[in-house]
Amino acid sequence: MSPRELFSFRDRYFSVSVGITAAVFVLAALVGFIVLPYAQSQLKFADLWDAICSAAGLQQRSPSSPAPEPTHRFSEVVLTPTMLAHPGQESIGRGATLAQRCAICHGPTGISRADSPNLAGQYVAVIYKQLLDFRSHARTNAVMSPFAANLSDQNIADLAAYYAYLPRLPAYHPEPPLARPGIVIYGAPIRGIAPCGACHGSLDNKTGSPWLEGQSEVYLKEQLHAFASGQRTNDINQQMRNIARAMTPQEIDEAAAYYASQPPDIVKATD
Amino acid sequence: MLANKKLILAHFWLAFAVFGIALCLGAWQMFVRSPLYVWISDPEWYYRSVTAHGTVMGYVFPTLVAMGFGYAITESALEQRLVGLRWAWAGFWLIVAGAIMAMVPVALGRASVLYTFYPPLIGNAFYYIGVVLVVVGSWIWVALMSINLQVWKRAHPGDPVPLAMFANVAGSYLWGWTAVGAALELLLQIIPVALGLRTTIDAGLARVLFSWTLHAIVYFWLIPAYIAFYVIVPRAIGGRLYSDTMARISFILFLIVSMPIGIHHAYGDPQVGAGFKFVHSAFTAVVTLPTLFTVFTICASVEIAGRLRGGKGALGWLAALPWENPIMLAVAFSFIMLGFGGAGGIINMSYQLNASIHNSQWVTGHFHLIFGGAVVIMYFALAYDLWPHLTGHSLPDLRLVRTQLWLWFIGMMVTTFPWHWVGILGMPRRMAYFDYTNPALSPQALPVAISAIGAFILLASGLLFLFILARAYTTSRTEPGPYRFSRPIHPVRSVPVALNGYGIWVALMIALTITNYGYPIAVLVARQDTSVPAIYVGAQ
Repeated sequence: MSPRELFSFRDRYFSVSVGITAAVFVLAALVGFIVLPYAQSQLKFADLWDAICSAAGLQQRSPSSPAPEPTHRFSEVVLTPTMLAHPGQESIGRGATLAQRCAICHGPTGISRADSPNLAGQYVAVIYKQLLDFRSHARTNAVMSPFAANLSDQNIADLAAYYAYLPRLPAYHPEPPLARPGIVIYGAPIRGIAPCGACHGSLDNKTGSPWLEGQSEVYLKEQLHAFASGQRTNDINQQMRNIARAMTPQEIDEAAAYYASQPPDIVKATD
Repeated sequence: MLANKKLILAHFWLAFAVFGIALCLGAWQMFVRSPLYVWISDPEWYYRSVTAHGTVMGYVFPTLVAMGFGYAITESALEQRLVGLRWAWAGFWLIVAGAIMAMVPVALGRASVLYTFYPPLIGNAFYYIGVVLVVVGSWIWVALMSINLQVWKRAHPGDPVPLAMFANVAGSYLWGWTAVGAALELLLQIIPVALGLRTTIDAGLARVLFSWTLHAIVYFWLIPAYIAFYVIVPRAIGGRLYSDTMARISFILFLIVSMPIGIHHAYGDPQVGAGFKFVHSAFTAVVTLPTLFTVFTICASVEIAGRLRGGKGALGWLAALPWENPIMLAVAFSFIMLGFGGAGGIINMSYQLNASIHNSQWVTGHFHLIFGGAVVIMYFALAYDLWPHLTGHSLPDLRLVRTQLWLWFIGMMVTTFPWHWVGILGMPRRMAYFDYTNPALSPQALPVAISAIGAFILLASGLLFLFILARAYTTSRTEPGPYRFSRPIHPVRSVPVALNGYGIWVALMIALTITNYGYPIAVLVARQDTSVPAIYVGAQ
């Protein structure tokens, strides 16, 4: 018998194997696409086709309640790791001119003495994202928001490029470095908290997360509490809110005090 | 007739050498995340090690064993010289190049994405290109197995294909088709992003494509072990193969249903409809059949050996078996581990039971028991069986060989049983650090510590295995005669055409791929709103 004759329902092996395979498939499909959807009492279907589409992974056609209106604005910034990676000299220069307005809080060299963030040498994506969020009101602050309100996209990119370009000077935080607290080293896996450094630079940097070394203790604490209370909401997918909510007040104090005492030149990852 | 011993030995030596390295990494991983060690303080080292361990143990080691064993089967079962020797060497060197290319970025911490890739995590492009080279090298082997069988068939028209070669080619076709899913994911999705040509990736589609490969790859790992069950074990212990037909049907079933079942790895994924998840669950249930057939056939074959050696009564044949023979010991250990691992696997594939163990340490325990235990112990057995034929030296000391097998069995049980248990307690997998002082985790401290001790028993056994293989070169030379496979109880004079080729079975495999994967893939490809920004690992 030639292989060609094998592909015929006259051949016992062909007919039995194709028949069994088809039967298993049809039976499994009947159960999976019809019986099981109807077996779930919480699901309501308009008709049989609706049930099948639901099991196939399509959105249900039956009318559903409208999505609730969001209570706050979401961040609409899209970041990629290569974005703004190689700014031109002109962009940095324009950023330096624009930054004169920022110096009053963030310091003439990007080092603040007013418990505002130190921006000198911060990752470029961080400054870019926060300025866009201030402008869109995804993040609000009585002092900062008016400064960001009238910035153009190009201004924001230039400012980000300028501050990222500045050297990371040691900030004005005189006390000796503290020992690393457990929440910084280990996080708290059982509460879904990764070690801070997994995103914030000392282990790895996830695009959009700032390095924290040498930042103001007051500022760090205030932001963690703002995330925890839901007052600050511009973190993507609630990443920081989920972490801050799970931290104890003592852990927030320890983490803020630790990072404030670190010189920024120890940030491992460089951009 | 083993004419190209150098080729086969090159595959085996490279396989076992990288296995030894990856085994050290595995033991280290078990140790550093157990309560026996404080904490390495940088989880990146852990994930780097897991990536290297998984890539070697999942892609390089079993592929090389299957290839080396495949070449040995081709020459000895078909009794003809290997056709395409230069291509075979080219495939081998491609794997060497690919493995090195993949491991350099991993060692540098530029690709700590784990061997299952996990997009949107993106590592260095050379890691993925290296993996692709390993797969391409193995595809050369797939083609060579098919060509060699065709050459033999032309010279022996109508003759039954020897069982060892039939199973070997079934395994190669299975691998050829199943590697397509991961290849599509790598070439169309991941590598363009890793090269910076795109910055977003459809992680859901990538996961579905990977599931195409992810389950059937396990059967590709397993097939050399099953071939050894059928064609080595009965001969080595002085028995007969109970049924040649049952063996063929088992390998055919693996070919058909190994692949269109992979979505049972993605029960937690929202991008696949529940209906398709159920269909995949149902077909995964079918894949238990070839294993049950195999267990029955091999137990019957072993019983024949026991009775030929004078065993009487319902269970008396068990005592009469040649327990001093390493192959006997290996198959017994393998079946015990296959039994526990298989039972665990049925829990994994059950749509609802899966929810209780999904993404927990249970799953890691499961695949170590079934692959590292039941399958790898048969890799040891087939290497021991082939070694005198390949090297011309007998094994140094059978007591040492038995000790090695015992250690592997005990080590695997001590490692994986507590591993399953902590999974049931809710311990998640893929985590580098656990705070065992936390009252919620403290009950897991003891089982994890026991599991880590098991890992060191496995390490000792693995190193002993390498020592035995190397030591064999110092023993006196021996002439083991031609390499033979087990004879069935009824000589195979003719085989139905359907069971002597792959036409229907490959067609059914592809048809089921279309029915079970066609729609889920098509609907994800068609949607434009499913891509997310890539997260570059070690990018800054």
